[in-house]
Amino acid sequence: MLRAPSQAFAACACLLMLPTLALPGPVQAQDGAIAFRGAHLIPIAGPEIPRGTVVVQGGVIRAVGPVDGVTIPSNATVVEMDGKVIMPGIVDTHSHIGGGDGGDGTGPIHPSVRILDALDARDDGIPKARAGGLTTVNVMPGSGHLMSGQTAYIKLRDGRTIYDLLLCDDVLTGMCGGMKMANGTNPRRDAAGFPGTRARAAALVRARFVQAQEYRNRLQAEEEEDGDPPSRDLELEALVEVLEGRRVVHFHTHRHDDVLTAIRLAEEFGFRVVLQHVSDAWMVADEIAASPAVVGASIIMIDSPGGKLEAMNLSFESGVALERAGAVVGFHTDDGITDSRFFLRSAALAVRAGMSRDAALYGMTMAGAIMMDLQHRVGSLEVGKDADLVVLSGDPLSVYTRVEETWIEGEKVFDLSDPRDRAFAVGGYGVGGSGHVHHHAGWEDHQ
Amino acid sequence: MSRVPSVASKSAVCGTPALSVALATLLIWAPSADAQVAVRAGTLHTMAGPAIENGVVVVGADGRIQAVGPASSVQIPQGMRVMEAAVVTPGLVDAHSVVGLAGYLNQPHDQDQLERSNAIQPELRAFDAYNAREELVSWVQRLGVTTLHTGHGPGALMSGQTMVVKTRGDNVGQALVDSVTMVAMTLGPEVSQNFQGRPGSRSRGVAMLRAEFIKAQEYQARQERAEDGPPPARDLKLEILGRMLDGEVHALITANRVSEILAALRLSEEFGFSLVLDGAAESYLLIDEIRAAGVPVIIHPTMARHGGTMENATLETARILVEAGIPVSMQTGFEGYVPKSRVLLFEGAMAAAYGLPHQEALASMTIRPAQLLGLDHRVGSLEVGKDGDLVLYSGDPLEHLTQVCGVIIEGEVVSEECL
Repeated sequence: MLRAPSQAFAACACLLMLPTLALPGPVQAQDGAIAFRGAHLIPIAGPEIPRGTVVVQGGVIRAVGPVDGVTIPSNATVVEMDGKVIMPGIVDTHSHIGGGDGGDGTGPIHPSVRILDALDARDDGIPKARAGGLTTVNVMPGSGHLMSGQTAYIKLRDGRTIYDLLLCDDVLTGMCGGMKMANGTNPRRDAAGFPGTRARAAALVRARFVQAQEYRNRLQAEEEEDGDPPSRDLELEALVEVLEGRRVVHFHTHRHDDVLTAIRLAEEFGFRVVLQHVSDAWMVADEIAASPAVVGASIIMIDSPGGKLEAMNLSFESGVALERAGAVVGFHTDDGITDSRFFLRSAALAVRAGMSRDAALYGMTMAGAIMMDLQHRVGSLEVGKDADLVVLSGDPLSVYTRVEETWIEGEKVFDLSDPRDRAFAVGGYGVGGSGHVHHHAGWEDHQ
Repeated sequence: MSRVPSVASKSAVCGTPALSVALATLLIWAPSADAQVAVRAGTLHTMAGPAIENGVVVVGADGRIQAVGPASSVQIPQGMRVMEAAVVTPGLVDAHSVVGLAGYLNQPHDQDQLERSNAIQPELRAFDAYNAREELVSWVQRLGVTTLHTGHGPGALMSGQTMVVKTRGDNVGQALVDSVTMVAMTLGPEVSQNFQGRPGSRSRGVAMLRAEFIKAQEYQARQERAEDGPPPARDLKLEILGRMLDGEVHALITANRVSEILAALRLSEEFGFSLVLDGAAESYLLIDEIRAAGVPVIIHPTMARHGGTMENATLETARILVEAGIPVSMQTGFEGYVPKSRVLLFEGAMAAAYGLPHQEALASMTIRPAQLLGLDHRVGSLEVGKDGDLVLYSGDPLEHLTQVCGVIIEGEVVSEECL
């Protein structure tokens, strides 16, 4: 990462100076151990624990278990959580928070375009998403292209710049996100170079991947013969990362036949694909589950079918259909299509339509982590994983439950009892619109 | 307010007597012989008093409620179909929607909620464009809505008329409850976007509306002066504006910003029309003014996107207004994209999640909109003589995990699937 590590801490220190915050200092200290004791725990990695303790220190989880089974370090700050529910931080596989953009109207395929070059760490969508319990988000460029560009995997840390949020180690050499693709009606537009039909859309994508295969072959040949590599091509470089499975494709696809087209492309070129939206998943659940190219399917819960032709057969039952077929099923907001603050509702609606509670809880956390190759860091309450957790007032699937606190890497980033955070949770004058009210200044003027 | 029985007798509504007769014929709904049904509820929310544990509702062959009360005091007649549910409420009343004019495909051929040729067209009648077989009508019905206030949408200074239907029937005649309920109006920058700058500002929009109402006043004056002579040539636009001036048809004004809400109140005061505030995202900043004006509010859907003129919206506005004593009705409103229609139950539930008391949340989807629409003698609560419109739930109606497992309209079971 390019930033100096001290910057995030500086932001945190400035936060502490605000008199309205009145938080106990030790709880915010990253290095001291914190023990959350007495909450109902949803570890995801194992059965729910009716009364448990989570110990976090140094930004990671040190212990998880029943209250009487976890030894709290003597120097730990103990936070009593009786009556609360704690689950892992929520993972959103598809969002547009951050005010960024991606590929433009110059063409339908933009593999070199990175959303991280346009992401605003001060966008009001970020604190609102924290208010929904989100901690890890795949921010997508686009849409309206066959390939809108590279996505960004971010943590919703209390940061000043994009570097404070990114999950990759180095913005120039690391894998900081996936690749956004789309088919169906989404990439069709009446402009030069854009497809007018589905078949044309597939042909354009295949032609570009064939070029990437040839580029990769030249790279390998030069490597073996120890000669000069071909001249750099940013677009083909990114596509080679896709071909090698290092950069996961996040594929906007709705209609059943478009879903199969996405799978066919992934299998032909050997890339790994997360199917995003998948309105018709209930029709092709078996095919989705059976394909080795499919990492998982992330569904969006929309309140009524339609709104566009490719979503006319959308059903709340896609979740249960995919679960029964054995697929990895996640959820996403597509924020602003749905509001990050209502993420828990997406899983609840899937359960309403027959999905199991366990699969829905897994879908909000671990499934998303898998889809972003982050399962070693986030998605469950397990020793060694990032200390990302959400404190809820009650059951995650109840409408009456509120997100009370969101923690990322051992640091509290949302607290419903803080007036500033509460404003992002419920709205109000001056809360909306990026730049009007920001993290640490100006809110008081608007109360 | 025009009710069904009066439609035929009012030439102002239907134009020619011949058309009146035709419409009147369509409007008679003969309950079928099997319309008798009784429902047992673990918890019965009548909305006419406290909830009844172990309640029973009996709907007669005429589609009206014959009896309602605790199981111990209500006799279910022999041979009647009996249904059971954990919780039962009156059929939900959506205070404002465009469903039926707006279709779910969102293609030009199924979008009839906004005519873009002119920013002021109050003469456009909702029942001329309602598709009773629209998929979204079925969708909202299966999720509990039995009475729908629908019609022309937001986006024009005056986009057209609204009406009230029941969410059944194969055509508008079978569905219709009230043919002309309100005129849909909008104050805000989206009007300028929709009409290429005519008006080009909020102030111009208000000036244009004032000019039209003044024309309508003059038209009424000419009609009165002409009692002994020939009346002025008919003008459909000025006729409906005149009915607004008479207080017979409400103005449904979509206004979100403080300036837009104040302009709506000012117009209502200047011309004496009956105002219903719609959307009202910043109404929490104008509690005193709205209360003083005695204006009811159809609050924006709780989960409506907080952008544009709604960027200052809150999830707590319904609670704040109700606590201030302002009647609040919930709506699904208008969506230009996905979801093409919101779900009334989900929006009311989310208002409850953000502080609106449970009973008030139910009231905002039943008795409050029934009162607002002038239909509380027929719908909105479970009382003897009212329409037998009922919704059956597997649990607390507001919970995410509760399913709607039955919908009854005037004694007819229109949905039995759990959704």
